[in-house]
Amino acid sequence: MSTSTYDHVNERELKNHAAKERRVLLGLTSPAVLCVLTIMVIPVAWLFYLSFIGSDGNFSLEHYQRMLDSKSYARIFFTTFKVSLLTTVICVFIGYPLAYFLSQLPARVANICMLSVLLPFWTSLLVRTYSWLVLLQRKGIINQVGMDMGFWDEPLKLVHNLSGTLIGMVHIMLPFLILPLYASMKSIPQDYMKASSNLGATPTQSFWQVFFPLSMPGLMAGSLIVFILSLGFFVTPAILGGGKVIMVAMQITSNIELFFDWGAASALGVVLLVMTFAVLFIASKLMRLDNVLGGGH
Amino acid sequence: MYWVGGTNMNWFKKSASETQITHGQRLWLYIVAIIIMFLLVVPTLIVIPMSFSASQYLEFPPKEWSFRWYEFYFSSNSWLSATATSLKAGVYTMIVATPLGVMASYGLYVSSHRAARLVYLLLITPIMIPVILIGIGSFYIYVQIGLVNTMFGLVVAHTILALPLVLIVVTSALKSYDMGQEQAARSLGASRFTAFMTVTLPQIRFSIVTAALLAFLTSFDEVIVAMFISGGDNATLTKNMFNALRDQIDPTIASISTIMIIVSTTLVILTQIFGRGKNVK
Repeated sequence: MSTSTYDHVNERELKNHAAKERRVLLGLTSPAVLCVLTIMVIPVAWLFYLSFIGSDGNFSLEHYQRMLDSKSYARIFFTTFKVSLLTTVICVFIGYPLAYFLSQLPARVANICMLSVLLPFWTSLLVRTYSWLVLLQRKGIINQVGMDMGFWDEPLKLVHNLSGTLIGMVHIMLPFLILPLYASMKSIPQDYMKASSNLGATPTQSFWQVFFPLSMPGLMAGSLIVFILSLGFFVTPAILGGGKVIMVAMQITSNIELFFDWGAASALGVVLLVMTFAVLFIASKLMRLDNVLGGGH
Repeated sequence: MYWVGGTNMNWFKKSASETQITHGQRLWLYIVAIIIMFLLVVPTLIVIPMSFSASQYLEFPPKEWSFRWYEFYFSSNSWLSATATSLKAGVYTMIVATPLGVMASYGLYVSSHRAARLVYLLLITPIMIPVILIGIGSFYIYVQIGLVNTMFGLVVAHTILALPLVLIVVTSALKSYDMGQEQAARSLGASRFTAFMTVTLPQIRFSIVTAALLAFLTSFDEVIVAMFISGGDNATLTKNMFNALRDQIDPTIASISTIMIIVSTTLVILTQIFGRGKNVK
């Protein structure tokens, strides 16, 4: 009888101890959480509040109303979606063959070829945007070579428009697609392909019916990252778009820098945020986001 | 796979592997892949030869070589002070974000508190939401408390952008690390702190160095937040470059770009040398 009482005490003590330890360990995150709260959560909440305050200082939906009424805002949202979608689709078609090629190479060669993906990845996005500006300009190399070889006679307008923006964005986003895709292709067991060919599949059938479906999680994760990053993109369209490609993030900036209109900027920011979360939410229904974000056990 | 040794015709007729079509049949794949790799690398590095051009128009190949754009850069106080600001911000961000991120990932990984998953998501959010929101949000807050154009403000804002990367890299290292080792150390009398410092930390060292490098590069390359909250004496290199690019194609940018490529590439190579053979897989 007495032993069981002691057991009970001990059990409770252990439980308390475990709970305390869980809290202490969680407490290790507090400096990081504090930073994120002050620099991200509170300001974004503030912007949310500002977006509902009209020019007279009272609650109003005027900023959202204007977004619905104005044709120019509709065009900005349309452009943002179009550019993000096109960037993602082009990245998929360019990235898949390269990731597949890399996943087939022997380790030593693959590591060297992988540098072609990693070098742009660690190089500043501003530097790469600048490179494309120089390459694509009227007197740039691409126009020079094209005219010297007789492909076209007049310098083509390659930059300060949609095509320039897309070229730059695809170059910047491609590593974000290839890296998760490559990782997922590498994790496909070779035995599956052998099994499928053993069962009589031709190489083409094995690829489309076994390898391709198994590489889908990586492809989806990569596309999601590219699409989400593109939605909020700013630097590349601002430089390579030449004022013809206006995306939401650019409009937010000019609302603040030129017009000091915090309400309008905040409302746009809120819509951009909601769009991002909507995409993430839809994605989370289609795939396991843990693969994209890491974490968990 | 025989794909390296095959210069003769047999290589074309040989299957890429026992379950695949022949190399000849998928020659297009090799050609496409090589073209894409070329298109990834060359535009990244093309600024290096161009930065040595003597001409205003950055032709390629340069008709005449010179160091004039470097001379211009090294004699310009505003570019040099912006470079110093960027390097300082990068180092400070690294010094702040790495320990905070390591602490947080360890805490979240080991603690089985039910809020852990939620806190992880919160800490990862800064790379999921559009950076512009953090840019204008931090600007708004900093105006109220007088942190605009300060190094401190810049470093704190860059830290929250770097934290998610540190968290992802270190968490994945902890996942592949055998926590049993730390438990063994503790059962032999080491405190949790001692066990972490002497047993776990040395084994995830390479990942922590990688995380620190990513933290530095996040800050060093960051444009949008810096555009809003850095300025005056504390304007970053990227902010000044971006402003210069909006106006015209200034060839000085080519020399600065070359320096930036050298900085990031050197750091990556150093990390690789440091971590060779010491990584916990």
